[in-house]
Amino acid sequence: MGKAAARRQGISIGIAAGAYGISFGALAVTAGLHVWQACVLSLLMFTSASEFTFIGVMAAGGSPVAAVATSTLVGVRHASYGALLAPFLRPLRGWRLFLAAQVTLDESAAAGLARHHHKSGRAGFWAAGISVYVTWNIATLAGALAGAQIGHPSAWGLDAAAPAAFLGLLWTHLEKTGAKVAAVVAVGATLALTPVLPAGTAMLVAALVAVLAGEAVRR
Amino acid sequence: MTWTIALLVASALAFGLKLLGHLVPVAWLEHPLMVRTADLVTVGLLAGMVASQTFTTGTRVDVDARMAALAVAAVLFWRRVPFVIVVIAAAAVAAGLRALGWS
Repeated sequence: MGKAAARRQGISIGIAAGAYGISFGALAVTAGLHVWQACVLSLLMFTSASEFTFIGVMAAGGSPVAAVATSTLVGVRHASYGALLAPFLRPLRGWRLFLAAQVTLDESAAAGLARHHHKSGRAGFWAAGISVYVTWNIATLAGALAGAQIGHPSAWGLDAAAPAAFLGLLWTHLEKTGAKVAAVVAVGATLALTPVLPAGTAMLVAALVAVLAGEAVRR
Repeated sequence: MTWTIALLVASALAFGLKLLGHLVPVAWLEHPLMVRTADLVTVGLLAGMVASQTFTTGTRVDVDARMAALAVAAVLFWRRVPFVIVVIAAAAVAAGLRALGWS
């Protein structure tokens, strides 16, 4: 698939994921943040899972320190994305490095890593990263202003759009037996580990288990 | 710690984690083990994302309308339906089922 196709795919992932920011904005205000605080959180932290965790701790009556600790733990997996994306993105210097870091999250990493060619991987990463950033922040503001009056976005099926998009990205990688085994193991391990690990970390541990399984089959 | 300071500190830590990966030395990345397993890590992460976004809510495992939406998406990808149409169809299936009363 070429650069243009990768870019189109990245933008559609970005819009699907970004629109979910409406629910973040609404929940943030309900949890007790001001509209401007909700917007600052989306502009600066820009990691949907960590942001939801942060306001979740707040809504549950937790302390600010607990909110910082849990939301940071949820974001630990992001440290692996920059390294995995290195063949596509490097060299990164100056403001591009900081911009790339800021838009590094599940959606942009998936859109980049799903590509077999470096140029289309880079196009996919940037298209998804920038489009999620723009739609997520506009949606946060809209949701925060509308507050509790807004219906839940899951009524529109928006929470089903992102996993469908990730499935599409995964699809082209499943030709080899090792990859098929790794995918099945990753799904099983994610579901098994989700109830016992801190939110957001099961997926990362599951990916490591999946690599071991895929390697074992390949030998 | 006030909530404003908390959100600034948490944002700075989130950015630090993201930046960290982009600063990993090239020599580590060219290690044979890393090169050999990079494609499997990608598959593992993508499959993990699909699983966690379809079947979990926070730290709870859930089966709801998202599962039906994902099943429809799988059939459409298998039939080589264009990406954007599949994503829209998945959202429509979940929305439709919820309108009919299935959560």
